[in-house]
Amino acid sequence: MSANLPVLLVVVPLLCAPLAALTRRPRPAWGVAMLAAGWAFVVSILLLSRVLAQGTISYHIGDWAPPWGIEYRIDEVNAFVVLIVSGIAAVVTPYARRSVEREIDATRIPLFYTAYVLCMAGLLGISVTGDVFNVFVFLEISSLSAYALIAQGPDRRALTASYQYLIMGSIGATFIVIGIGLMYVMTGTLNMADLAQRLPMVDANRTIPVAFAFLAVGISLKLALFPLHLWLPNAYTYAPSAVTAFIASTATKVAVYMLLRFFFTIFGAAFAFDVMHLDRVLMPLAIIAIVTMSLSAIYQVNVKRLLAYSSIAQIGYMILGISLASVTGLTAGILHLFNHALMKGGLFLAVGAVMYRTGSVRLRAMEGLGREMPWTMAAFVLAGLSLIGVPLTVGFVSKWYLVLAGLEKGWWPVAAVVLVGSLLAAIYIWKVVEVAYFRERSREEPVREAPLALLLPMWILVLANYYFGMHADLTVGVAHRAAQVLMGVAQ
Amino acid sequence: MRILGYYNYWVVIFLMMVGFYTLISRGNLVKKLVGLTVFQTSVFILYISMGKIEGGTAPIIMQGQHVVYSNPIPHVLILTGIVVGIATTAVGLSLVVRIKEAYGTIEEDEIHVQDDVL
Amino acid sequence: MSPEWTAAVAVALPLLGGLAVLALRRWPNLRESATLVTAVALFFVVASLLGPVRGGARPELVLFEVVPGISLALQVEPLGLLFALVASFLWIITSLYSIGYMRSHHESHQTRFYFFFTVAISAAMGAAFSANLFTLFAFYEVLTLGTYPLVTHHGTDEARRAGRVYLGILLSTSIGFQLLAIIWTWLLAGTVAFRPGGILTGTASAGMLSVLLVLYVFGVGKAAVMPFHRWLPAAMVAPTPVSALLHAVAVVKVGVFTILKIAIYVFGLDLLRTLPATPWLAWAAAATIILASLVAFTKDNLKARLAYSTISQLSYIVLGALLANSMGVIGGGMHIAMHAFGKITLFFVAGAVMVAAHETEISRMHGLGRTMPITFGAFFVASLSIIGVPPAGGLWSKWFLGLGTLEAGQKGLLAMLMLSSLLSLVYLLEVPVKAFFRPVPDGAERAPGIREAPWPMVLALVLTAAATVGLFLYPEPVFDLMTMVVAQ
Repeated sequence: MSANLPVLLVVVPLLCAPLAALTRRPRPAWGVAMLAAGWAFVVSILLLSRVLAQGTISYHIGDWAPPWGIEYRIDEVNAFVVLIVSGIAAVVTPYARRSVEREIDATRIPLFYTAYVLCMAGLLGISVTGDVFNVFVFLEISSLSAYALIAQGPDRRALTASYQYLIMGSIGATFIVIGIGLMYVMTGTLNMADLAQRLPMVDANRTIPVAFAFLAVGISLKLALFPLHLWLPNAYTYAPSAVTAFIASTATKVAVYMLLRFFFTIFGAAFAFDVMHLDRVLMPLAIIAIVTMSLSAIYQVNVKRLLAYSSIAQIGYMILGISLASVTGLTAGILHLFNHALMKGGLFLAVGAVMYRTGSVRLRAMEGLGREMPWTMAAFVLAGLSLIGVPLTVGFVSKWYLVLAGLEKGWWPVAAVVLVGSLLAAIYIWKVVEVAYFRERSREEPVREAPLALLLPMWILVLANYYFGMHADLTVGVAHRAAQVLMGVAQ
Repeated sequence: MRILGYYNYWVVIFLMMVGFYTLISRGNLVKKLVGLTVFQTSVFILYISMGKIEGGTAPIIMQGQHVVYSNPIPHVLILTGIVVGIATTAVGLSLVVRIKEAYGTIEEDEIHVQDDVL
Repeated sequence: MSPEWTAAVAVALPLLGGLAVLALRRWPNLRESATLVTAVALFFVVASLLGPVRGGARPELVLFEVVPGISLALQVEPLGLLFALVASFLWIITSLYSIGYMRSHHESHQTRFYFFFTVAISAAMGAAFSANLFTLFAFYEVLTLGTYPLVTHHGTDEARRAGRVYLGILLSTSIGFQLLAIIWTWLLAGTVAFRPGGILTGTASAGMLSVLLVLYVFGVGKAAVMPFHRWLPAAMVAPTPVSALLHAVAVVKVGVFTILKIAIYVFGLDLLRTLPATPWLAWAAAATIILASLVAFTKDNLKARLAYSTISQLSYIVLGALLANSMGVIGGGMHIAMHAFGKITLFFVAGAVMVAAHETEISRMHGLGRTMPITFGAFFVASLSIIGVPPAGGLWSKWFLGLGTLEAGQKGLLAMLMLSSLLSLVYLLEVPVKAFFRPVPDGAERAPGIREAPWPMVLALVLTAAATVGLFLYPEPVFDLMTMVVAQ
């Protein structure tokens, strides 16, 4: 069994999906989802420890040898990503039980969990596979289920948000498949490792840069890189709380992973940066994303939308680190994948608790909540401090490495932008803090604190921010090794 | 003559542009989906036409004969792609039905007006 | 208990007291006792380190490693010990004062107040005993965040706005400049540990190191070097005990303490002397000294005047650090203690006047000295310390700062110091003089006979005023610690 773990990681959740649909009732469906999430989390820990001890795992599906068979290839990079996805799922799924019961009609909940588990399976599949077309398939699995999940939101604007995401996401996926097709034409293989070997032999032909470009645009759409981010604010704002927390912490991270895999492993850093000058495109866009999206967040009156714009800015940080194309820069970017999942996960879970009790996530609904929901708001403040980058939080560690990477290359503007972004984050986080603690309640009825089922997952993520902020050697170590693998540096 | 020899790519480009343009310029939600489908179809044709080998026949093994086959892999990939396309269209259309129920219209402009009023 | 763990206990003890405060919130007298007991215990814990440090020990303790090379670590050295002694001693007295003030002023949310006080003191202890820049920065930020609820205690719109200025300036400078400088230091030196003689010698050109120095000096917003000083007057919206301990002692002293630590243990005095930026920054500090004094003149609100006086006095210490010689550093370090005792007395008086006579503007305090002679007498004595004349301890710190300017060959700076003494003489002594000798203004109520503030408050300000005289007569403890610092 343990030899088959790489494929079981994806297959078990995939099988759990129709199981959830068959249960017909909310609680059993949730139980199936818990099973899938728990399984994925345990397996991802096992896989990460195996990779750290023994190096890259290569698994041949059906024992067909690559490049003809599909290979699942797990190295430090995707072991880390898989841990992030399954970890977030393991925390959000217990939370989802009560949150979803409040926000979604009971008859639809089993189907909700079906889509939820499918999304999880899809994201995990993208992360472990070593075949590029397989990536596309899992990408679409996760995307379609995400569209369905987002459309479950209570507000009717969830429908238009989901539709907009569908259109833009499908364009992105189609661009990716065009890129894959063009690569296949030139090399005759779909296996990532094989492509990495064959591409240098044919990249004089203009097809390969075209494939590169299509892939770049397609992946950028999926990870909401400015200016292809337009689907994100609405999608995050109107989706059900648990869905937002899950997707905000995983979907864009997996898209960043795809970027890393395609451009560093398959095309190779030399081609991507020295020939195609990807850094000249990514870095300015990342900087613009950080500044403009943080500024946009400041002016929002809907807290979920505020956090959505903040997420786009934080993705800018990850891309900024990656575009520096150095080991430190990549370490910073990969580290921020993990850290941001912790931060935003905690923040969205806290906002979800507010939604649970007050029925609204507008800033005005949060007036006086500092007194009425002290634990929830304390969680929000602590996660917010991590977003700002206060020492002893994961946000600080990310910022440290980002600034270090910028200074190492002598690029002061990068360091300055990272720090300015922190200050802007302080402004929009403090906006919420002031409303919660300084204003008197304008609602008629006081509300009670959120139930323990919501508080516990929230606080687990928030405390994880501080634990990994104080003992960062595990996450930094893995990120560093992953960066070395991607840059092709001998360890 | 070489340019005409690449006629399959021209078809692909034509369909891709028609589909993309429809997608972007039309305000009717169903028409957008039509555009998306045409766009995705162009990609299918790209793959399939890439797999064709001159003088190649359908990739079904005939025992004992040395035959040139067209590449079957793109066909396999496209079958998957078609299924994905169908699923996307299905999800998209079901969203359109729900939107019609919620807003009373499937024209993008009218929906925006209703949302801004909120 | 070994000295290493004593330092850790010093950081943790206030927090334990804070938890006790939270637990005892329903019983105010027990809650206040918790604060007092913790404060006294803390002082004894810190004082127990005096012996080992005098003997040459520099106990170190690594609490945990964040990443290899960057750890949260404590180290006890003379400068930090001096600051910790001053802060912990004054916490006892301020707790006494706070009890009197908060109760007679019928302040709300007292538990929250006492709790965040313990957080602030804990952060100050952590900063005092930090072994590297990361630890210092971490406690610095915790201090900023932990004092925000204290500054905005009243919860009014005015408090909220002041909180924004407070947080805005302090976070902008710390994240924008100081953090950048720290990461840059890490890149240049490969370490961020504090070492005698500094860690930056030979790592970069004088020009680059000058830029780094500028980033540090302006990045330490708590030192209130102009133009990043506006948070101090804004913080005066806080209850007076907050202004007294935090903005006369803890918060601002962490700022100038940070600058001294960076000057001595990151750059090293020898390197500092060679940098082109150092004299310019010294003049920037001098400019702050003079400008803040001039602004203080224009303020009729007593707390505002004291705030600008603090800004001016802080730059004395910054100047001492930037003179980059042993006299300057000794003077700067001694001023941490002298100014703390003097300024806290002045703030105590401001609070006492507010509680007993409900006056905040100086022009309305005329004749009040006759009703509150002890209070204004204390004000007079403490003012002498700030001005720098006998029989108050401030004389000694001014003396050494003056010697420092001469040793650095900067007679102009000496003139600035003299000028500022003159200015502070006028804007400070105006208060007790007019309180004792001017007639009562129209419309001001005066109680018949002597109506001092409640006894805990009066006791506190008498103790600190007496301490300023005590430090004049017996400055050895402070002086000895500072000479140990420069001898390393």
